[in-house]
This record gives sequence, C-alpha cells and structure tokens, in this order.
Amino acid sequence: MQSLKETIHDSELLLLKGLAKSDKKSVEEIYKQNYNLIQALIVNNSGTTEDAKDIFQEAMVVLYEKARSGNFELNCQIRTYLYSVSKRLWLKRLQQNSRFVSSEFENEENTVYVDEDLTDHDQKDNEYKMMHEAIGSLGEPCRSLLTAFYFNKKNMQEIAENFGYTNADNAKTQKYKCLMRLKKIFFTHYNKQES
Amino acid sequence: MQEHDNTFLIEAVERYIMGEMNPDERLHFENLRKSDSEIDQMVVGHTLFMQKMNRYNEWQKFHKSLNEIHTNLSEQGKIDSIRLKGKAKVVYIYNRFKKTAAIAASIAGITTLLITSLFLGFSPRAPQSQVIKLSNDVKYLANKTHQQDKEINNLKMQGTENQPAVEIPYTKGGTGFMIDGKGYLVTNYHVVEKSKNIAVQNSTGHEYFAKIIYTDPSLDIAILKIDDPEFKQLPTIPYSFFKGHSDLATSVFTLGFPKEKEDIVYGQGFLSSRTGYNGDTLSCQLQMSANRGSSGSPILNQSGEVIAILNGRLKDAEGVAYGIESKNIFKALNELKKQNDGDSALNNLKLNSKTSLTGLSRTQQLKKIENYIFMVKVN
Repeated sequence: MQSLKETIHDSELLLLKGLAKSDKKSVEEIYKQNYNLIQALIVNNSGTTEDAKDIFQEAMVVLYEKARSGNFELNCQIRTYLYSVSKRLWLKRLQQNSRFVSSEFENEENTVYVDEDLTDHDQKDNEYKMMHEAIGSLGEPCRSLLTAFYFNKKNMQEIAENFGYTNADNAKTQKYKCLMRLKKIFFTHYNKQES
Repeated sequence: MQEHDNTFLIEAVERYIMGEMNPDERLHFENLRKSDSEIDQMVVGHTLFMQKMNRYNEWQKFHKSLNEIHTNLSEQGKIDSIRLKGKAKVVYIYNRFKKTAAIAASIAGITTLLITSLFLGFSPRAPQSQVIKLSNDVKYLANKTHQQDKEINNLKMQGTENQPAVEIPYTKGGTGFMIDGKGYLVTNYHVVEKSKNIAVQNSTGHEYFAKIIYTDPSLDIAILKIDDPEFKQLPTIPYSFFKGHSDLATSVFTLGFPKEKEDIVYGQGFLSSRTGYNGDTLSCQLQMSANRGSSGSPILNQSGEVIAILNGRLKDAEGVAYGIESKNIFKALNELKKQNDGDSALNNLKLNSKTSLTGLSRTQQLKKIENYIFMVKVN
C-alpha cells in the first residue's frame, strides 16, 4: 500500500510541477487523464459538451493557480480535485440559471473540500475579467503598445521602430501615458467592486 | 518635466520589481524608498498592478494552450469530445469513472509541493523606529465606563469580598480577540507590557478581569485568560486560524477598538507585502488605515480566517500597517503548553481550523465575529 501511494504521488507531483511552469506535456497529460470524467459528469447533469469543455478548463485554471501558489498542499489525487472543483462550478452555473438540480448531484460524495480555493478563484477571475475589459476599452495604439511591452516582452527600441516613433524615449513617454490610463480604468472598476 | 520624472520613476520601479537593478542601484533605490513614503507606496501599488497584469497574461496564454490541447486530443481520439454520440455511451463512461473517482478519493495522502514562488518577491523596508505601536491611552474612557459600572460593581462586591479593587485607573489599551471560547484571548505583548491589572471589555460593554498567562516579547504576542466568575463560556469561535503565507493582494478586514472610540470599528484593505518592516519574515505589510488602539486586532481574509494580528503602522505613511502572521499564535500556544506541561485545560486548547464564515456576506460575518473581539484595558 505504501509503495502504491508513493508511486501515485511521485507522478502526480511531477505533473503538478510541470503544470506550475505551464509545461505543455504536463498540461496535456492532465487533460487527457481527466477530461472524459468531467465531461461525463456535466453531460449527465443536463449540460452540453461545450459546457463540459468550459467547466473543465476553468477547473484546470483553478488547479494551475493552486500549483503556482508558493505553498501547495494537495491532499488528494489530481483527479479527485478536478472532479470536486468541476462539480462545484457546474452546480453554481446550474443554480445561476435557476435550473433544477437533482439531490443526487448535490451530494458531496467523492469530493474534497475546495471552498477556499473557489473563493480565491472567484476573486482572481473577477480581476481577470476586469483587466480584459480595461485593456479592451483602451483603444489603439495603447492596447498594442502595452501588449508588446508587457506581454510580448519587446524592448523599447523594437517598439519605437514598429510603431513609428522617432526614438525609444518617445515610445517610453507614450507607454507611460497608456499605462496610467489603463490603471485608471482598471481601478475605477476594481474599487467599485471592493466597496 | 513632471511627466518625464514620472516616466523615469515608473521605469525604475519596474526594473526594481523585476530584479533588473544592479546591487548599487538597488541599494540606492531602497534608501529612496525608506526616505520617501510616497515612493514606497507607489512601489507597493505598482507591484500589485503588475502582478494582476502578469496573471492576466499568464491566464490568457494558459487558456490558449488549453484550447489547442483540446483540439489536438479530440482529433487524435484521445478524449471523447467529438466522437461522442448518444447518451448511452456517456452514462457508461460516467459509471466507469465514478468507481475510479471513489478509489481516488479513498487514497488520500498529503503531498506538499514547494514551488518557488513565481511572483515578484521583494521586501519593503521601513526603519523600525518609524513603526508606531498602536497602543492607546484610554484613561478617560476607562473612567467613563467605570462610573457607569460603578454601582453594579459595588453590588457585586458586597457578595464577593475577596475580589480585587474595582477602581482601577487604566492607562493604556489595545484590542484582543478570542482564540478559545473558554476565555482565552490573544493580543500584542506591547499592549499589556508592564501591566498589573488587566480588564477586557466586549462590544456590548461588559467588562471582565483577565490575567496574562503567556508573553513573547520577540513575537509581540501575549495570551490572556479571562478570570472572572461573571464570564460565561462562548460557543465555538466562528473564525479559524490560517497557518500558511497569504498571497499578495489578499483582501483583508479587521475589527478593533481604536483610540477614543468606545465602539468597535471595522476596516478593510489588502496584503501589500509578505514581509513586515525591515523585511521581517514573521510579519506582513497591509494596506489599510490603522489607529492607535487597534493593536491586537485580528486581520481576517474573505473566508474568515485570521491571517495576522495587527501590531503597528508606519509613522509618516498613511494607510501602511503591519501584522504578525497567525502561525506565530500556533507557536505561542505550543510554548505555553510546554511551560505548563500536564495542565489538561491548556492541553485541550486547540485553534479552530475550519471557519464557519465562508460564503457569508461581510455584514453577517461581522455579526458573528463581533462578540469575540475585546477592548484590552490595563494599568
């Protein structure tokens, strides 16, 4: 029994370490091993395959954040964790659409406690959506400029050339203005939500 | 000119956060932060924003790669997505996996994964001398309540002659909160330092005598026990105690009794750094307004876990406060048990590990917590 436990944990640990680094092989392996289970869960409880994909991918994001957090304690298998998270996410969506939820689905059998992880995820998900909206409403050239610098890690010289600024300093000033605008848009929504 | 300065400053802040500065530059910049609290706040605020932007970028990439994987796996027939036909098959799959899931749940062990934090770790530095302990002069307040309670107390005294004297001129005060319904409280050491008598008062104005049973000056923690026949044991504590490190930007709230205020006061903010003043790893930095007298207040996260004890603030920077992380309460309690080996009442003392506040609205949470927060009065 002991050795079985250890082998399970060694391979799971490797997968999680890979996931934390968004290593494609690890993500794919976790996806392959667990997707069918979650799809069956959703489809058997009045969802479509499209819903299943959504829910599973959201659960993957929850697991990804958990793996990345500095101090990760997993006291169950990845499969059990994803199953528990997916079930809660789907339950929530069913309730939001005031759909009938069978009592059989609501029981907590085979699941582990994920409340805190989900509260945490809700907050991060909200911020993600706010950031998405803020960047979306930024307009050009700000959106491309910030994306190039912060997300695609281009340097100022390249950016100046691509965007037609006379030199890197001009590009910097423009980038600064754009960043301040983005911050302002984001925090207007963020603070509204906080209060 | 102003704009040029700001551009330059933001660039410096970003290079500092990303660890791109050389040691000399870094030292210079850290000195600048120490001497200018405005710059310090800007670093904290911008770090927070960069962290959110980074997460946005990472999630977006992760979503993209999930979608690619999904398409690939279903094309290769390794997941059932596209080939799925009819409900019968789905039920079959579900039943098959239901068993696996049950087995999976039964093989539960604990795996700890320590992944080097991907976030930008830095320790904001503030000279220790600038941190004011939030103790509070409540003399006038204590006297006021005492006059109100005098008559009641006198009546009480007639029955129990061996009680300590009632008129205690209190000089200093802070906040404390229950760690066990039997009357054990935790507060800051600096609140009860050099005290002879201690009284604690709950949010409805009831006052009880308490005694110190443990202090640790280095952690700035003291454990008190209510020692008063009037005190009735409270039901299980609604909040729990969080042992780990909280993430940056965790939303937090607090309840306490700041200076010159007899009523309990609510405050909210967020965790702005994982380390406290001078990079102290036992404490953390918070973005919230703190007043004298709030010392010893609990800092709770949204699910109702106590993550820290409020113990200080920065003198010249409004809104910067410090807290001692909750794991130190565990430490203090273990020490206390060691010192009183064999005391069964103490041995049974256990910090609540499951919060009953998750999912409640903030107002409901506060209603439940309020009874467990006390004003600490000393002389």
